[in-house]
Order: sequence, then C-alpha cells, then structure tokens
Amino acid sequence: MFLAELLASSLRMAVPILLTALGAVFTERAGVVNIGLEGMMIAGSFMGALGSYYYGPYFGLLLAMIAGLFMALIHAVNTVTFRVDQIVSGVAINILAYGGCRFLSLAIFKMATTSPRVSGLPKIDIPGLNIGFLKPLVSGVSPVIILALLLVPVSSFIINRTVFGLRLRSVGENPLAADTLGIDVFKMKYAGVLISGALAGLSGAYLALEHTGMYVEGMTQGKGFIALAAMIFGNWEPVGALWASLLFGFSEALSFRVVEGGAIPYQFIKMIPYVLTLAVLTGVVKKSTAPAADGVPYERGLK
Amino acid sequence: MKARKILAASLVLLLIMAMLAGCSNQSNQPQEQQNQGAQESQSGEKLKIGLVFDVGGRGDLSFNDSAYAGLERAAKDFADKIEVDYKEPSEGGQDREQLLRLLAENGFDLIFGVGFLFTEHIQKVAQEFPDVKFALIDGAIDGLDENSNIACLLFKEHEGSFLVGAAAAMKSKTGKIGFVGGMKTPIIERFEVGYMAGAKYIDPKITVYSDYIGTTGDAFKDPVTGKELALKQFKAGADVVYHASGASGVGVIEAATLEKKFAIGVDSDQSLTVDPSQRPYILTSMVKAVDVAVYETIKSLVEGNFKGGYRIFGLAENGVGYAVNDYNKDMISDIQPKLEELKQKIINGEIKVPMDKKEYEEFEKSLNK
Repeated sequence: MFLAELLASSLRMAVPILLTALGAVFTERAGVVNIGLEGMMIAGSFMGALGSYYYGPYFGLLLAMIAGLFMALIHAVNTVTFRVDQIVSGVAINILAYGGCRFLSLAIFKMATTSPRVSGLPKIDIPGLNIGFLKPLVSGVSPVIILALLLVPVSSFIINRTVFGLRLRSVGENPLAADTLGIDVFKMKYAGVLISGALAGLSGAYLALEHTGMYVEGMTQGKGFIALAAMIFGNWEPVGALWASLLFGFSEALSFRVVEGGAIPYQFIKMIPYVLTLAVLTGVVKKSTAPAADGVPYERGLK
Repeated sequence: MKARKILAASLVLLLIMAMLAGCSNQSNQPQEQQNQGAQESQSGEKLKIGLVFDVGGRGDLSFNDSAYAGLERAAKDFADKIEVDYKEPSEGGQDREQLLRLLAENGFDLIFGVGFLFTEHIQKVAQEFPDVKFALIDGAIDGLDENSNIACLLFKEHEGSFLVGAAAAMKSKTGKIGFVGGMKTPIIERFEVGYMAGAKYIDPKITVYSDYIGTTGDAFKDPVTGKELALKQFKAGADVVYHASGASGVGVIEAATLEKKFAIGVDSDQSLTVDPSQRPYILTSMVKAVDVAVYETIKSLVEGNFKGGYRIFGLAENGVGYAVNDYNKDMISDIQPKLEELKQKIINGEIKVPMDKKEYEEFEKSLNK
C-alpha cells in the first residue's frame, strides 16, 4: 500500500516535468534552446485557471496551450527570425510571464496572487486493474497523466520515424546542409519552439487544474528548469525524458515521506531529489550529446 | 527586410506598452489614495497614517487584507482625526525601505510595516526619522522601550494553535492528526508546537504527523507540495490536518476536499474565503487579528497614548483565536464548551502553552505525570 501510494505520488509529481521536457526535446532538436519554458508553464497555469473558471476545464486546457503557444511565438520570432541570443530571450519570456500573469490576475480576479477555485477534468478509474495493491495507482487518475504518458511514444515516433522528425533533427544538427537540401529551416525551428510552448502550457494547466484546482502565483516552483535538466539527462530523447522525469518525481515523492526528527536533519531530507539526481548523473547516465547546432542561430548566406 | 524592420518595431512597441500597462496598474491605487489624501490635508491638521504591505499585497485574503481591514475601520471611525494611505511594494519587495522613507518624508505620523520582512528596514528608517512613529507587525526589534518610536505588534500564534490542536484531537476518530508548515522557521514552529501541545492535552496518545514544505520563502506559494504532503498524512490515517503555509495551504484544503476529511485554516477565517463546495471540509481556522492590532495602534495614537516597545496580542486580548462562522458552527458546536474552557485556562495561566520544541518537551512531560 505504501509503495503504491509512493508511486502514485511520484507519477503526479513527474507529469508536469515530463510534459515540459517532451516540449524541450522538440525545441532543442530543432536547435533552439528554450529556457522560457518556465514562463510558458506560468502562463499555462494562469490561463488554464482563467479558461476553466469561465468555460470549464476543456477550454482551460485549450487556452493554456494557446497561451504557451503565444509565448513560444514571441520566443521564436526573437530567436529564429531576429537571431536574438536564445538565453536572453528565454529570460525575458520568464519575466514577462510572471509580470503579465500578476497584471491579468489583478485585472480579472481582483487578486494579485491567486485565482478562485477552478474545476479540473473528471478523474477516471482505469478498469481491470483496480485490485488491492494497485488501487491508489489506477483510481481517480487525471486524464492529463494518461495523455502525458501516451505522448512519450508518440513524440518518439514523430521525432525518430517521420519525415517531419527527420527534418526537425537535421535542422538542429546542420541547418546549412538542411537548407541546401531544400528544407525550410525557419519553418522547422518555428515548429519545434511552438510545440514546446504548447506542451509547457499544458503542463502548467495540469498543475493549476488537475493538481491543486487553483492558480497560485509561483506554483510552478522552477519545474520548467527541472524539465530542461530532465531533457538533458534523457539525452534529447522522449523516452529518456520519461525516465528522467520519473526519477525526479520519485525522489520528490520520497523526500515527502522521509520522516523528520530521526538522525537525518531536515535540510538533508529536502536535498534528496538533488542528491539522487547527481548520483544518477555521475553514475548511470552515458555520455549525452546535444544536437550539434543547438543554441546557434541560423543565418542564411553566411558572410 | 523592410517587413522585418516593421515587425521588429511593432514588437518593441508591444513590449513597451505591456510594461507601461504593468507599471500604471501598480501605481494606480496608491495614486488615487494620494490624491484623496492631498485634498483632505487641506481641510485641517489630521494625523497621517501610512501602511506598507507585505509581498503579495492586497487581495491575499489573509494577512495583508486583514491589516487593510484594520486600517479601513480606523479611517472610518476616526474620519475627522486621521487620513490614511497605503503602498504596495514591487513583486520581490525590494523597495520596502524606499516606500517607508517616502511616507516618512511626506510627513506621516504613523507608518505600519506589514510582516517580519520589514524588521531591519523599519529599524533603519526609524533612526533617520525620530519624530515619526513606526509599527511593525509580526517582527521583533531588540532593545525598545516605551519611549521608542517603534511599536512591535506580536501575536501569540501558539495559543491559538493550541486551541485548534485541541479541536483537531477532539474531532479525530482515528487518533491521528497532521500539521503542514510552510517555511521551516522558528515562527512557523510556534504554530506547530502549540498545535501539538493542544492535541496532546486532550489525548496524550494521539499521533501528530508533521511536515514542512521547504526551507525558503517559496514554501508559502507551493500548493503542489502542500497537497502531496497533506495527502500523505491523510492516507496514513490522519483525519484532521492544520496548515500554516500561506498560499500553499490551498493544496492542503484541496487534499482534504478530495479525501473528504478536515483541514484547519490559518491567519484569517478561511471558511469564508474558499470555494463554497470546500466549506464542509474546513473544521475551523486559527485566526490572527492583524486588523485588531492595526486598529488598536491607530487608536492609541489618536488618543495620544501611543507607546513604543512591544504589544503582544494573545487569547486574552482577542488577538488570536479559533474561527466560528455560519458554515462550521454545527461542526464544532459540540466541542465549543471545551474549547472555551481551555481558552479560559490559558488566559488564567493554568495552562502555559509552549513556544518552541524545548518547552514542548517539558510540556509533554508534565502531561504524563
């Protein structure tokens, strides 16, 4: 029972990281570094709550994805079209999201930091598995969790097995070669960034709608950055990102369950996720290789 | 290329407009207030009372709003004697000190800093403006006396927590209850030990699970972790969970709603601020009357007997307590007589509520005798 609870909690903590990490795979594979994912999650959490408050959870999720998409569009215009430094643009997006959400929250909800309570999607019980031990894992599951898990093989297929995926990867590895072969480099980069924004928006909406049922300023707690780390552990692969996210989720859930007051000081308990990550990073992960042209703006007709 | 330039220019314009919109919104309210203040000051020599909010500002449904309520009530009751103004610090609150200084320079007579984060700023600004009175809510500055120009308004959170701890123990069917704290600091630990002491006083064998969300200020706005911790406690058998974690408590209340168990709110009467569908799951709240503290301090200034030093608001002063409202009165009517009895005992000094872990251990020993 304890184990199943632990796993269920791990999964709930892993899903927002996973969704954003999947998005990060798309954008980085197209050669655009997107540290604005945190800001896109913030936008998603607020707009998700806003949409759900007025028109229900489905609209909320949709609005969150559109909000993420919009933020991603700003990032894409900055970095792909104008070749602004990708880190600078990402930081700007994070600040914009924080301030923008507070502004809208004050204007719409008349509260600076929280929304009213909002409803999430109806929770589902997975049939057939609802027996004793597994019960906490399969009952009352958010549909977004299932969607996120399904997106892993789908993303993997798209990136590794489709024409679109091949082009996306080629743009990230060697844009000049791709351009020579007639691939529209800018279009592919836009596609990668926009997909990441939509997924990060969905991830933010998961936090607000599915997990807490409310938007609270700062509720993303840096999960967007952790997702970037998860993507890097996962070696820029969706399946790898899944394992990395689950590891983060698991270690966080584990740290909730270590009882204070024995031999371990409290601050050490809070370190568990990071210590575990470091251990895995140094011990288990093989050499990770970033796409060759990751983070390098592409300019046609180099001087 | 031209199209690009136009696009670039319009993007820049958009950003500037967004920034302007953001700025103007922040300064709007205080400006209106200032204008009002300016008009009023022409009519006579009123006392000028200013207040600077904590991070989060008005609309947090809790701490800041409570302070504002006190200010508003005073403004109404002493309308012919005082005029009021308030300021909201920027997002990270870095301009706290400037705002205090701004009010002091503009000839305000009494200035409030809402929250312990103002501690060092008030100390500094109060030295520069010896003729201006300052009041610090929730923070303590060493070495003050009656003649100082700073009054520290402190609350006995542990006494209020003792009562809700007793309420939790009386309402628990499983003999297990929980506590979720925000940032692990001595202030929040005071809530925790008070709660545990109250619970053990009712039932020495009761199990109290206790968790903290984090070690930084972010712990007060992390409802995701708050919910997971509360869920863990509920799954382990707890049926009442008390939170002292600011906005993270939203997650605790959500967990209680999901599990159909009880949560206990903090600072303000949270039954009134949550969604109506969640009200059946809030047993009561540990209320902290910041409004009373603000009001009383203004009153003392108006009546000419403002004193520096420390004013401590406990059960005896109605500064802390447990909330009774239309939604929970049926839930707690059976235990209210006992709670009132305990309250009386604390006021009389028959029960000495522990304030920290060390005192708690002694308290627990004294129970077992």
